[in-house]
Amino acid sequence: MDFRVASTRRLSSGGSDAHSRLSFYLTAPTLEVSLEEFEQYALDRLRVLKGLEEALSRGRRSEELEALVIDLWRKYMRTSNGSDLNKDIISHFVLRLVYCRSDELRKWFLSMESSLFRNRFHSEAPDDQKRFLEDNELPYKAISTSDFESIKDKLVQVARSLNQPSPNADSTFYKVPFEEVPELVAGRKVYIHKGQAYVPSTQLTFLVAGQFRSKLSKALVLTYRKWMSVISEEESDRLAPIVEALSSRYLGPDYSQGKIKSEVALQDMDDLAKTSFPLCMRHLFFKLREEHHLKHGGRQQLGLFLKGVGLKLEDALAFWRSEFGQKMGVERFDKEYAYNIRHNYGKEGKRTDYTPFSCNKIILSTPGVGDHHGCPYRHFSEENLRAALGSMHLGVRIVDEILEKVRNRHYQVACSLTFEATHGSQTIGINHPNQYFEQSRKILQPKVPQELANDNTETTTAS
Amino acid sequence: MGQPHVDAMEVDSSRNVRDSTTDYMQVDELPAPEQNKPADVFSPEYLRLYYSRLFPYSDMCKWLSYGNDGKHPGCDSSYLNRREFSFTLDHDIYVRYVSFRNASEMESSIRDRCPYKIDIGAVYNVDPAKRTAYASSGSEKVFAPVERELVFDVDMTDYDDIRFCCTGADICLKCWPLMTIAIKVLDTALREDFGFEHILWVYSGRRGVHCWVCDVKARRLTNEQRAAVAEYFRVYKGNENNTKKVSLGGSAMHPSLLRAYVEVLRPFFEDQILSNQGLLQFEERYGKLLDMIQDDGIVAQAQDRWQSSRRSSETDVSVARWKQLKNLLESGKHKGSGLRRCVEEIIFSYTYPRVDFEVSKHMNHLLKAPFCVHPKTGRICVPIDAEECDRFDPTAVPTVADLIEELNKGEASLSNVAQNQKERDISKTSLMKSIELFRTQFLNPLLKSCKADVENSYTEKLHNTQTKLDW
Ligand code: SF4
Ligand SMILES: [Zn+2]
Repeated sequence: MDFRVASTRRLSSGGSDAHSRLSFYLTAPTLEVSLEEFEQYALDRLRVLKGLEEALSRGRRSEELEALVIDLWRKYMRTSNGSDLNKDIISHFVLRLVYCRSDELRKWFLSMESSLFRNRFHSEAPDDQKRFLEDNELPYKAISTSDFESIKDKLVQVARSLNQPSPNADSTFYKVPFEEVPELVAGRKVYIHKGQAYVPSTQLTFLVAGQFRSKLSKALVLTYRKWMSVISEEESDRLAPIVEALSSRYLGPDYSQGKIKSEVALQDMDDLAKTSFPLCMRHLFFKLREEHHLKHGGRQQLGLFLKGVGLKLEDALAFWRSEFGQKMGVERFDKEYAYNIRHNYGKEGKRTDYTPFSCNKIILSTPGVGDHHGCPYRHFSEENLRAALGSMHLGVRIVDEILEKVRNRHYQVACSLTFEATHGSQTIGINHPNQYFEQSRKILQPKVPQELANDNTETTTAS
Repeated sequence: MGQPHVDAMEVDSSRNVRDSTTDYMQVDELPAPEQNKPADVFSPEYLRLYYSRLFPYSDMCKWLSYGNDGKHPGCDSSYLNRREFSFTLDHDIYVRYVSFRNASEMESSIRDRCPYKIDIGAVYNVDPAKRTAYASSGSEKVFAPVERELVFDVDMTDYDDIRFCCTGADICLKCWPLMTIAIKVLDTALREDFGFEHILWVYSGRRGVHCWVCDVKARRLTNEQRAAVAEYFRVYKGNENNTKKVSLGGSAMHPSLLRAYVEVLRPFFEDQILSNQGLLQFEERYGKLLDMIQDDGIVAQAQDRWQSSRRSSETDVSVARWKQLKNLLESGKHKGSGLRRCVEEIIFSYTYPRVDFEVSKHMNHLLKAPFCVHPKTGRICVPIDAEECDRFDPTAVPTVADLIEELNKGEASLSNVAQNQKERDISKTSLMKSIELFRTQFLNPLLKSCKADVENSYTEKLHNTQTKLDW
């Protein structure tokens, strides 16, 4: 990384119109930026990425996403002096520094940046897309007509499996190693034969985005190494503090410490679960009570939530032990599970204090066989969700209203409706299970002084 | 899934092992029923004998060297040494980051410590035993995995909601066909779709199978690409609270799924799984299956008919009822791809491989080595011939006790005196068959292509330095 940070002077790198507005961000800028810009640009880009994340977690359709990305971009990334491209590049490289430093952060950054790139690329005019391919020397060649004819059946079948119009002789397909289009492979969105993926030109975006992703993925690891070995030391007075600060700037309330300073007592837990837990946690809690066991995903989701609620480590251990112990004996619990709980409280292993999961993260999780974690609005069948809501004594009409939101994939809105129905009070929206809990306590137990998160206008982080 | 998640740069506390070994799922299962375990299939003494006389060290090292143990100037002689092994010793003591330079080092280390389980990890950029020297931030090089076979782990416990013959750690010949299906479906797709050639299937010693894809292309996949390949095999989207278990896509199936369906899933389901598991025999079983049908009318019709019939003890009642159900679903009145899709969804739910995705997604996930002994069953983790997997019988896999007995009373069947002592020992036992399978089906073809790889990369390197010199 070769930032030269100056306080006033700026050298502009030739961002003329002859080039595509998009970039693979292959080389770090050598332009000079002021420290203020350094930070401001990064924050602006972060706002774009966070907005995108929220939309993704709401399961927005691709057209909606694209419109949103263009909007966000316009709102935050425009500059008054026409150096949009510089701002794009600088902010990207700054956030690289911020998000290179753990696997979790890298993963988040990679997937948000890739999605951002994909949406931006997709919205470009075909000519601009072509120019981008040429600028970046991407050598994609269409398959011949005879090749097309020989595998036409399969290509038609893939299109039908995606409910897309069948390809015909005019359609263009690119043949690329499957490694280059991981997203298309993962979703079975292409025909793959002997290691080659046949990508229709309508999916060109994925092909390019795949390139983007793999380049960025590698670059992030390199950035991390460089950060560790050189930058953090050389820049210990200037950039490093800013980067540190940026990485903790989550644009949302932090629930890792249990914001309600009053701790909750073990014996109140059942009542609290009934009145103040959001459905996801309520379900996990009572499943645990019922089965005296939860699989890993459930233990994490509930365990960190309880930590955020204010359950102390000793109580947490006692709580989990009393449940698991019934099924497997206390000894086995202490041997195999206690570690994990202490770990979540930062008492073992890397000693990181883990943060409770946000709705985004929970909604994006993929519970499997035997799992009870996830967001009920997202992961339950309609029937089971109806039953779960019924057990909270909600009327048929409100349940129907909630299910309607679910059908439109507004899971958090559905959760907010549930909150309002069970508390007889408005909410500004639910984006974190711990926020749900705190709002609920505020209403049901007004004597506890609360300076509850007023800053809910921005989303909570994915961490 | 959630934190804590062990990642390349974070692995260093040996207590983290539980999160990163493939068997971490075992933590979630109830204690195995011990009563049907003969007391004499396993003992530390047998294990010691097995490691000293039978364990195929040189085959293992030949495999894991991938041709780098030769004399060719293109060979990377540090390759094997950069591979992580890990041992599970008695009393659940884990030792990670063990490494070997060659077969004899491997042999003396294993004989010395007599591990209950040996796991194979990734190839790192440096010898994992010396990793701490690189971990410090002052150094440019960070300890990180660079290569790893693409692996799959299929475990019978993930099928517990659809098998009624046994649960948990038990398996029997009634449920084993589910593993046969997994092998067939995955093996075909890995070869036909992804173009891989060097694939090793191994019995996990108790209730599942492991798959090692060893092509150089596979070994160099990034975590993301691994995840993509694994996800390609995900059709099962159900969880405990959602009865709609599979999602097969739009109006047609992806060619890969269709092939699996026509060639493997449907025939296995109709010929074996239905009657083996008595899927439509009892009310609580067919109730579960009928839950997957969205048409209440049909469900009611089927229930009416089946509740009143008294034939539920007949063995083929499930087959007969399946025919009835299919007729109902496919009959003219209800025609509509939605309901016909139901038949496919049901079959997929009850047969399609359930891969443990986490194992496949990360380069540095550990997986149990072939030819280990399972300490609970005493069985050897033998290779399985994918082409003959229908005939594989997990209950007939030799236990370490069987082998020791054969060793004690057997005579070498090889007359060739040039064989070394170990070969002669092996040839006295039924392990011979497995080792021969390992060599002929897997190792020999693999080494042949490795040789070509080594030569190619060498000429490439030469070429590169030449152009550099020219410049
Ligand atoms: S929306 Fe958030 S709080 Fe509500 S149930 Fe889902 S994950 Fe839990
Ligand atoms: Zn069985």
